[in-house]
Amino acid sequence: MKAVAHTPTRLARGLILGSIGLLFAIPIVAMVEFTLRRGLAGGHDLSRWTALFQGGFAGPYRSVLVALGNSVGLAVGTVSIVLLLLVPTLLLVHLRFPRLRRVMEFVCILPISIPAIVLVVGLAPVYSVLARLLGSGVWTLAFAYGITVLPFAYRAIQTNLDGVDVCTLSEAARTLGAGWVSVLVRVLIPNLRRGILAGAFISVAVVLGEFTIASLLNRITLQTALVVVSKADPYTAVILSLLALTFAFLLLLVIGRLGTVRAGSRRRPTTGGQL
Amino acid sequence: MNQNQLRTQNQNRDRSVATAPAGASVRFAGVVKDFTGHRALAGFDLTLHAGEFVALLGPSGSGKTTALRVLAGLESTDAGSILIDGADVSTLPTSRRDLGMVFQSYSLFPHLSAGENVEFGLRMRKVRGEERRARAAAALALVGLDAHYDRFAHQLSGGQQQRVALARALVTEPRVLLLDEPLSALDAQVRVVLREEIRRIQTELGITTLFVTHDQDEALAVADRVAVMRAGSIEQVGAPEELYTRPASSFIADFVGLSNRLVGVVRHGFARVHGASLPLLDPSQADGAVSVSVRPEDLEFGAAGAPGVVLSSSFHGSLRRTRVRLDDGASLVVQHGARLHPSAGDRVLVRFTGAPVSVDPLPSPA
Repeated sequence: MKAVAHTPTRLARGLILGSIGLLFAIPIVAMVEFTLRRGLAGGHDLSRWTALFQGGFAGPYRSVLVALGNSVGLAVGTVSIVLLLLVPTLLLVHLRFPRLRRVMEFVCILPISIPAIVLVVGLAPVYSVLARLLGSGVWTLAFAYGITVLPFAYRAIQTNLDGVDVCTLSEAARTLGAGWVSVLVRVLIPNLRRGILAGAFISVAVVLGEFTIASLLNRITLQTALVVVSKADPYTAVILSLLALTFAFLLLLVIGRLGTVRAGSRRRPTTGGQL
Repeated sequence: MNQNQLRTQNQNRDRSVATAPAGASVRFAGVVKDFTGHRALAGFDLTLHAGEFVALLGPSGSGKTTALRVLAGLESTDAGSILIDGADVSTLPTSRRDLGMVFQSYSLFPHLSAGENVEFGLRMRKVRGEERRARAAAALALVGLDAHYDRFAHQLSGGQQQRVALARALVTEPRVLLLDEPLSALDAQVRVVLREEIRRIQTELGITTLFVTHDQDEALAVADRVAVMRAGSIEQVGAPEELYTRPASSFIADFVGLSNRLVGVVRHGFARVHGASLPLLDPSQADGAVSVSVRPEDLEFGAAGAPGVVLSSSFHGSLRRTRVRLDDGASLVVQHGARLHPSAGDRVLVRFTGAPVSVDPLPSPA
């Protein structure tokens, strides 16, 4: 059979992108519209937005800022776990213990099949020990989040790893006089930057959106704080949710920008051809 | 820039890595390497003289790449030793062996330009910026790619990438250059040009080189000596002409060049086969039934000889190879000038030119 390349027409592309855009836009527009309502009086204005910003996030909303700080700190901690633990382990398995790859994949994918509530039941006794040893600071949640982001971060990094001949590159670097640290820092990480950044972004997104574990382990994060605020003032809670979305969107832009720097150099080489 | 400039600049190299002038001697002494359930090197012995170009030739799985990787330190040895200029390097890590290596697959670092790739080894030796760039440019000039300093791997053809890899391997002026089938991923035409270029550069720099290949034409064309491997050890080492004209065994005769295997007998220092009496390469061969290896060019069509019928004939430029089935059932290939053009079904007479032949004893019937 003759293979036919199907390129969507301009109209089809517009319809697909438009539909997906609407899917995302409608809830956000609805949220914005909700925050602009004037209650029973009817009509719309910016009074709730100006009140929040003019008040400098004072009073009950101060806790949301603290919670945002906690969530950002947790995101940094979780990404650190991914970078310092998962990336070297994946490289080690890939380069030295390829037979463990299936086991590694199974272990990393496993958390996605375990509901957060079940995870918390298992983690609760661990955290009681952890609290005695390290205290019950909110940062300790990073250990639990390190597990929950594992499937997403693993898939992002492993996909990049499969596309790069890390064995040959590391051997080439070693024959040129590079030690293992130089191989890692100067050769492997630059070639895995896209996967690592993707893994980091997914980790940040998961952490900023996680509610169940934080709530059940009684830690204050952005999500738990928003729930508290929503019980007292649903309008402001939605405004804060919109701000959180904007923050996540900006974070996506920054990480995406970092990932495209010299991205052209990562394309696969051509074969054959003239000398 | 030329190789003299490259060498002059390299004299100021960093001393943190053990170095010696180009052209070190290498000796494998009884090297054994086992993988799970498989012995890749079984008491491997080979000596490379200083400045020599040795090709390691053998079929897949014969252990040639393992030998090279063991020398590079990319695989450990289970027994035996590897000496470079008399010093045992068996336990030295790869980064401290001061070797240059070109790999079979494209191994340029994709995130670096060609120039930065070549600079990499110098950077590891802490050579400073200006000198590093000058030496990298000189090395690229040596392989004819000085105009491609800023290009990335994906902007280069396969042949260009392997040239850059060669420049990268040579820029640090290593003690030994290791080439692991560097041409196997390239087009046939590019392979021929690049193998001659590798030989030219090797001769100019006088660097000891170990070239692993499974392509006998490549090995015979460029090497000072060819070492043929079989089942983890050396079957025969010698100059290309020696290997071709005086194969030590029927395996060598079959593997290096084409060879017809015919059944015959040895009597009083001669092999008798299809009515001909042929001198032996090894006259000490005991009498008895043997398998005789006869080169296609040592056979010709004539007015007398063993009768047979042409099965097929193939064109190879200035010559032809014609497959003939003799009337007694034996099948053989005759090499002759291209002007003679036998057709399938033609009756012919095949005679031996009388060139010496190698034989292998056949097992005596129980």
